[in-house]
Amino acid sequence: MSTLVIKDLHVSIEDKEILKGVNLTINTNEVHAIMGPNGTGKSTLASAIMGHPKYEVTSGTIEIDGENVLEMEVDERAKAGLFLAMQYPSEISGVTNADFIRSAINARREEGDEISLMKFIRELDKAMDFLEMDQDMAQRYLNEGFSGGEKKRNEILQLMMIKPTFAILDEIDSGLDIDALKVVAKGINEMRGEGFGCLAITHYQRLLNYITPDHVHVMMQGRVVKSGGPELAQRLEAEGYDWIKKELGIEDTDAVTEEA
Amino acid sequence: MTVETKLALSATEVRSFSQSNNEPSWFANLRAEAIEKAAELPMPKPDKTNISGWNFIEFPQHTVESTPFNSLDELPTEVKEIIDIEGQENLYIQRNNTPAFIKISEELKAQGVIFTDIQTAIREHSDLVQKYFMTEAVKVDEHKLTAYHAALVNGGVFVYVPKNVVVEQPLQVVFLNDNADASLFNHVLVVADSNSAVTYVETYVSTVEQSNGQANLIEEVIALDNAQVTFGAVDVLAKGFTTYVNRRGHIKRDAKMDWALGLMNDSDTISENITHLIGDGSTANAKTVVVGRGEQKQNFTTEVRHWGKNSEGFILKHGVMKDAAQTIFNGIGKIEHGATKSNAEQESRVLMLSENARGDANPILLIDEDDVMAGHAASVGRVDPIQLYYLMSRGISKSEAERLVIHGFLAPVVTNLPIESVKNQLTKVIEGKVR
Repeated sequence: MSTLVIKDLHVSIEDKEILKGVNLTINTNEVHAIMGPNGTGKSTLASAIMGHPKYEVTSGTIEIDGENVLEMEVDERAKAGLFLAMQYPSEISGVTNADFIRSAINARREEGDEISLMKFIRELDKAMDFLEMDQDMAQRYLNEGFSGGEKKRNEILQLMMIKPTFAILDEIDSGLDIDALKVVAKGINEMRGEGFGCLAITHYQRLLNYITPDHVHVMMQGRVVKSGGPELAQRLEAEGYDWIKKELGIEDTDAVTEEA
Repeated sequence: MTVETKLALSATEVRSFSQSNNEPSWFANLRAEAIEKAAELPMPKPDKTNISGWNFIEFPQHTVESTPFNSLDELPTEVKEIIDIEGQENLYIQRNNTPAFIKISEELKAQGVIFTDIQTAIREHSDLVQKYFMTEAVKVDEHKLTAYHAALVNGGVFVYVPKNVVVEQPLQVVFLNDNADASLFNHVLVVADSNSAVTYVETYVSTVEQSNGQANLIEEVIALDNAQVTFGAVDVLAKGFTTYVNRRGHIKRDAKMDWALGLMNDSDTISENITHLIGDGSTANAKTVVVGRGEQKQNFTTEVRHWGKNSEGFILKHGVMKDAAQTIFNGIGKIEHGATKSNAEQESRVLMLSENARGDANPILLIDEDDVMAGHAASVGRVDPIQLYYLMSRGISKSEAERLVIHGFLAPVVTNLPIESVKNQLTKVIEGKVR
């Protein structure tokens, strides 16, 4: 079993503090969902874990099995087992999807032990079939000209090919129609199991109809303010967030405006 | 203003060079007139690059003697790598100034295709060469360097594809430079007659580290009505050359011209790639990629000039600049009066890898007609940190991520080169340069 532990995490962007002490522990074989209104720092948490260059961690710790993640470069974090399915994946012209994914797989392997081309193609074909993706998307340039839905599917394709220990899904459901959402959820559910933990960030309870979380957390004003089981998500869907604000005495005075 | 310059060869020397090659009198005269013009004509003025201090004139010797290759086994590794030794049926190799190897398939010969070194062509296909040699695309008296070239031509290739002949396999040419004192005044003349199609791919490769010579290269493509010409080139000339390379297309009715140019010289270089869309319905695709490094100074002008109605021109230029390299990219779409319904599009992008490099992308649209379409995009910037973050977030190291982005950026030409081995060579050259 592996564990991702986030303790008292404070994160700023351009000197504005967004996260004000986040605590979270995720084990493999668990799916956690983070919900919350816009601009509460959910995406900031995802970006800070992965090491986005614009986000500065001012205090707190992130560890995987005791290893200090914050001291690692972005690629080292990935090799330590982290994966972030991004809300806005970059487009990279001239680099085919297949070449990119193969480079990512080989980056985790020793020189001389690269995945064979045949084995790679077999696995890629299988994963693309599973995600109902057109085979020609393997040879298209990475995310270039992909629709919003294609980009999200492509993030899940990478997830399935790379097989990380912990996946963070940053609003993987936004902009997806219901059929695409089902496919994306199918991919994530396929990954669930002993060696895999997941943190799904979402605005909408809808995603959680297809990916049943073990734990649900609510973020507001840069902190996790409430945690519970799947029933918490259902109550949020039915009643919104006001009852939590009331219960905890939170006022919308310094609402964070960021949600990149 | 006339500028008198002391040239490296006298008129008498030019005459005697012509004689020693048994050239027909029209060509001997063309050389003699050209050397006189070269003395008087002004230098070209590449936009935004001051070349007044550059040496385009002096060189150690006009021609050097090199040993031809009896078989392809004798080729240096650098050349072997760019040739499919078994599969390539149509191949010309020039070693410095010496025609060193030629083969052409029986099939093409039977169809009347001419593929030979320029000296042989001048002697044996005199009428055809005379008709097109610096008469339509490039003129002798444009400036000092065109005239100097005409006077001193000492190598090159002639290709003629007769009417209705489609050449399936690319014609491959390698200009090998393995003598530091060699100067290259190569003239390439490709004539595609009506309804014909041909793919021509050339590589300039230096195996010397440092050259003392001149590279004054003029390459003309004449595509007659409804012909299709694909022209691929990879230039990897050594430091020390002063390179003036002029590749020009003269495209007639409904004809199509595709350029895929990988300009990887280590020399200071002035490159000009102009396509005249003469005929109605003609098309040009001019794609260029460049890597500048060291203290190199380069100027790349790509122009598509529309004369015919419904003509379409697309320019793509991508350049990577590192170290203290200085590069100017001029992209010009010019639509002449009368060229209605024409479309001039261009995209110029420069990727800067170093603080000290200089890159300048100048998109220019000159339009003399109302009923046309035109557009341009230009950018100069660094490797996008968000792209690097994305790639690295999948476990790819920073240096590998940069490598992927750079190769991707230069892919538009690499993927368009029609010979696999040349494509691989260009990838390798890029790899070596951006490392």
